[in-house]
Amino acid sequence: MYGLINKAIEIFVTDTHGAARWQAVMAQADLGVTQFEAMLPYDAHVTDAVLQAISVVLGRSSAHMLEDLGTFLVASPSLPAFRRLLRFGGVDYVDFLHSLEDMPDRVRLAIGDLQLPALDLIEQGGGLYHLHCHSGLQGYGHVMLGVLRAMADDYGVLAVLDLDTHSSGRDNITVQVVQDAFSTGNAFKLGWVSA
Amino acid sequence: MTSQLSFLDVMCPMHAVLAADGRIVHVGPTLRKLHSSSDLVGTGFLDSFDVTRPQNITRAGQLLSLCGKTLHLKRRHAPHVGLKGVIVPHPTIEGGMILNLSFGISAAEAVRRFALNNSDFAPTDLTVEMLYLLEAKSVVMAASRRLNERLLEARTQAEKQAETDALTGVENRRGLERFVARLIARQAAFALLHVDLDHFKAVNDTLGHDAGDMVLQQAAQIMRDELRDGDLVARVGGDEFILLIEGDMQTDAVGAIGSRVITRISALTVTEDHQLSVGCSIGAVLSRHVDPPVMQDLLKAADLALYASKGAGRGRFTMFDPMSHGALPAQQVLDDRGLIAKPAR
Repeated sequence: MYGLINKAIEIFVTDTHGAARWQAVMAQADLGVTQFEAMLPYDAHVTDAVLQAISVVLGRSSAHMLEDLGTFLVASPSLPAFRRLLRFGGVDYVDFLHSLEDMPDRVRLAIGDLQLPALDLIEQGGGLYHLHCHSGLQGYGHVMLGVLRAMADDYGVLAVLDLDTHSSGRDNITVQVVQDAFSTGNAFKLGWVSA
Repeated sequence: MTSQLSFLDVMCPMHAVLAADGRIVHVGPTLRKLHSSSDLVGTGFLDSFDVTRPQNITRAGQLLSLCGKTLHLKRRHAPHVGLKGVIVPHPTIEGGMILNLSFGISAAEAVRRFALNNSDFAPTDLTVEMLYLLEAKSVVMAASRRLNERLLEARTQAEKQAETDALTGVENRRGLERFVARLIARQAAFALLHVDLDHFKAVNDTLGHDAGDMVLQQAAQIMRDELRDGDLVARVGGDEFILLIEGDMQTDAVGAIGSRVITRISALTVTEDHQLSVGCSIGAVLSRHVDPPVMQDLLKAADLALYASKGAGRGRFTMFDPMSHGALPAQQVLDDRGLIAKPAR
């Protein structure tokens, strides 16, 4: 159900850049409509056209824009349901990371037409995780990167995240949960002062 | 003793172990979370919970008789969340019971009120799936409702536009057909007038189409003024209009309306020097004079009357005479209002 995805993108651009910018995006995309209906089906190329138009009008790369979208999905008061559901899935950040594997299925249960590609979490130890985002949805990895970053903030956890995109379409997000960041930081600061 | 049943904390985190006298001996971790402000252990179960179904359960002694039955309960203290429950006999405590609770339909509200998360439910519990469904349902229903409202509005507008003549704002032929169909379906009586502007072509040819358009708009407005709100004005040709007046009309009354329309249209100022002017001829028919009152036949009858008006010099009103069965007698007696009088016998 690309309608939901397209509507989410529309809300994102309108909330963060204003209605006038959104009009400019839709004019650039040249799709014959000025707004999206969440409940209508659209072809995949429509989403692509909108993303292209956004990067042209806003002057930001698709990658950055998609990551901002991911952050928006979690942090925006316009869309509280998404964050509520993700927070429910995990008592802490690590728990939440594990719950991501079930998210595509749960989304498909709730909204039959929306098929998100699978997510696999590989635990490497020492707070290091890899989240494999399977192919099938353009920009999936970038959006998930934004989601994971925003959720780390939400849980009050310090984490370093990176995204590797592969030509095969399967993106890999590396998450390093920094356990002792603050204590290490403080010690370093004290050490510097005493020297 | 309770450690032997610690597996219940994992499988039924909202369970309670009750003694024979209804005192709470142990609570599962999530039930404890619901009562974080006070310790439930040692208190009477019915001091903290009401059994709402089945009714009339007020004494601890009655609880054992409820074994195996579906119970509906409510917290006695705020928030008064609704719960579902079931009681089974305790395997080792004499007269004791194990009670398992769940939120049922109040799950979403309870999760928010008590800040619960997935780990507060058994791994086999479907609450997280239900929450996804609930959120999706809300979003989808709200979006559907908005979409339907927009579609309904758009359809109404489209229908209106399809039945409207763009230049004059009156109905077009499609709108006329629908209006007449409704009148016929209701078996309502009405008068139909075919109004044809006289000398209109000369205006277009001499002064151009802008001037012609203005004449049409003014003529349409005159006709709208002379009719009531529930009646209809429709433009069906370049300079042709159909008027529909609902009601069991008499020829005189319809003739009077027609005369006023003719007079007012004739008075339209087309050019300052009054060199060019328009007028109109009208042919009318009463629905009761055409049997059955089919649109085609009504129009044919009105046309015949209009033809008579034009033939008699234009600028006049003629009512269709059913006695002549559509074939107008060669000799017409016209009174000073331009009405065909009944042929003298």
